[in-house]
Amino acid sequence: MHIADQLLQLLFTGLTLGSIYSLIALALVTTFNITGILNLAQGEFVALGALLAVSMYAAGMPMAAAFTVSVLLVAMLGGFLERFAIHTARGASGLTLIIITIGLSISLRGLALLIWGTETYSLPAFSKGGPLFIGGAAVNPQSLWIFGLTAITLAGLYAFFELTYWGKAVKASVINRAAARLVGINPHTVSFLAFTASGALGAAAGIFIAPITMTTYDMGFMLGLKGFVAAVIGGLSNVGGAVLGGILLGILESYSAGLISSGLKDAIAIIILLAVLLIRPEGIIGAIRERKI
Amino acid sequence: MWKKAILRPAAVLLLFAVPLLIKSNYLLSILIVIGLYTIIVQGLGILMGYAGQVSFGHAAFFGLGGYTVAILTTRFHWPTVLALPAAALLPGVIAAIIGRPTLKLRELYLALATLGFGILVHIAFTEGKELTGGPSGITGIPYLSIGGLTFDSDIKFFYLVWITLFLILAGINNLVRSRVGRALRAISESEHAAENAGIDTAKLKLQAFIFSALLAGLAGGLYAFYVTFISPSPFGFHASVQFVLMAVIGGLGTFWGPLLGAAVVVTLGEFLRWAVPLVIPGAGGEYQIIFFGLILVLLMIFRPEGLGALGKCLKLSPEKMPGTGIPSKDI
Repeated sequence: MHIADQLLQLLFTGLTLGSIYSLIALALVTTFNITGILNLAQGEFVALGALLAVSMYAAGMPMAAAFTVSVLLVAMLGGFLERFAIHTARGASGLTLIIITIGLSISLRGLALLIWGTETYSLPAFSKGGPLFIGGAAVNPQSLWIFGLTAITLAGLYAFFELTYWGKAVKASVINRAAARLVGINPHTVSFLAFTASGALGAAAGIFIAPITMTTYDMGFMLGLKGFVAAVIGGLSNVGGAVLGGILLGILESYSAGLISSGLKDAIAIIILLAVLLIRPEGIIGAIRERKI
Repeated sequence: MWKKAILRPAAVLLLFAVPLLIKSNYLLSILIVIGLYTIIVQGLGILMGYAGQVSFGHAAFFGLGGYTVAILTTRFHWPTVLALPAAALLPGVIAAIIGRPTLKLRELYLALATLGFGILVHIAFTEGKELTGGPSGITGIPYLSIGGLTFDSDIKFFYLVWITLFLILAGINNLVRSRVGRALRAISESEHAAENAGIDTAKLKLQAFIFSALLAGLAGGLYAFYVTFISPSPFGFHASVQFVLMAVIGGLGTFWGPLLGAAVVVTLGEFLRWAVPLVIPGAGGEYQIIFFGLILVLLMIFRPEGLGALGKCLKLSPEKMPGTGIPSKDI
C-alpha cells in the first residue's frame, strides 16, 4: 500500500473511532451540564445496548426491532438508575456522587459478565455490500452509519435545546437552578430525563459500533473512559468541544496505533487525559466555549 | 478508656493465636490477604478520611511495589531484604513526583486523574515486554529472608504481615493524635479554615498521598514475596475500586475501619465465589463486582460514614465523632 493511501486509511479509521467517542462524550457532557454529575457508568450503557441487541438479533428479531427495543431498555435503565441512586443521594458531595456512578458501572459490568460471559459477540453490518473506495482507502459502510448517527444526534440536540419548550427549560435550569424552579421547571425531572436520554444515546452508539468492534461485557470501560477524555479535551461542559475532542482523539489513536504500536492505543488516550488535566483543566478547545449547551 | 485498653490487646492476642488454633491453610491465606489489604487501606483511609482526597489509582502503587520486588530479585538478583524497602520507596517517590500537580485538582478531576494514572501503570505492566513479563508476568520470586529467617510458609507469613500491620497501626494511632493528625482532620473539615489557621494544606495533602503510596507499595512487595509470582491482573481498576470500597465500608477516619473494611470485602468475595456458582452454574470471572458495586452505591447513599461507626467500641475514641464520611466541599 502506498504511504499516502495508508495515511488516508488511518484517517478514516480515526474518524470512525472519533465519532463514537464524540457520541459518548455528548451524552456525558449533556448530563454533566444538566446535573453536575460526571456519569462514569456511561460506557456500560454502550456495552449493554450492544449486547442486548446482539442477543435479540440472535433470537430472531429483525435488526430494526432489536435496535429499538435495546435502546428503550437501556433508556429505562438510565432513568431507573437516576431515580434509584442519583436522586436518593441528591445533596451529597460531588465526590460521593462520583463514587456512586463508579459503583453503578462496576455492578453493571459484573451483571453483563454474568449474563453474557467473556465471549466476544458481533452483529452483521446494517447495509450489505463491500467497502467504498475513496482515494486509495477503503471505507466500511458501517462507518457512514456511525457518521450519520453522530450528525443526527448533534442536530437533534441542537433542535431540542434551541427550538423546543422542554429544551429551553433544560437550558434554563442549567443556567440558574433556583430561577428555573421559580418559573415551574422541576430540576429533578430534568435530571431524570438527562439520564434516560444518555442511556438511549449510549445504547444506540453501542449498537452502531457492534458490527465493527469486538462486543464484550467489558467493552464499555475503555469506551466510557475515552468519552471522558474527549469531553475533557473539550472542557467538560462544551458540546462542540466534546465532538471535536472525540474526533481528535480518534485520529490520534488511529495514527499512533497504525504507525507506532497498537499497544499504545489505549495509553495515548490516558496520556492525553493526564496532560490536559494537569496542564489545562479547562480544556484545550477553549476558543469555542462561549456557551454551555 | 479502660474498655479500649483491654479490648485492643485482647483482640490482638486472639488474632495471633489463630494459626495455633486453626490448621487451615485456606483460612490462613485469607487472613494474610486481609492483612495486606488492610495495610493499603490504612494509607488510603488517611488520604480520604483525613486529607479529604480520593484516589482511584491505588492498585497502581500496590502493583508498583509488587513489580519492584519481582524485578529486583529475579532480574537483578538483589537480596530480598533490600528489595522490600525498595518496593515501598519507589511508589513513594512516584507519588511525590505526580502528587504535586495532581493534588491541586478539584475532587472530580482528581478522581479522573488518579483513575487515569492507575490505568496507565496497568498498561505499562501489560506492555512492559521483557522487564515486566507482559500479561503472563514474572515467576520464580524468591521467599523473603531476613537475617537467617526465611518466610517460606503461610504461618510465618501470617505473623510477618500482621506484626507489620500492627506496627503501622500503632504508628498511625500516634500520628492522628499528633499535630499532623489534628491538622489533617482540620483539612477534611474545612480546607479554608485549616489554611487560615496556618496549616500548609498542600504540603500535608502531598505527605498523606506519599504515605499512602508507601504503604500500598509495601503491601505490594509483601504480596510478591507471598505468592512468588506476579502478573498485571490483580492491579487493575477493579482493585482500586475495591480499596476505596474497603476504606468507606470501615468508616473513614476510624481506628479499626480499614481492618473491618478489608475483612468484610475479602470475606464477601470468598463467599460469593462459593455461593454464586451454586445458584448460577457456569458463572465465571469477577462477577463479585456486581455486589461490590451495589454495596458501594448503597453505602454512599445511606451510610457514607461507614459501617465502622455502628459499634460504639469501634470508634477511634469516645470523644471523637464517628467518621463523617467523605467531606463535602467547602461552600
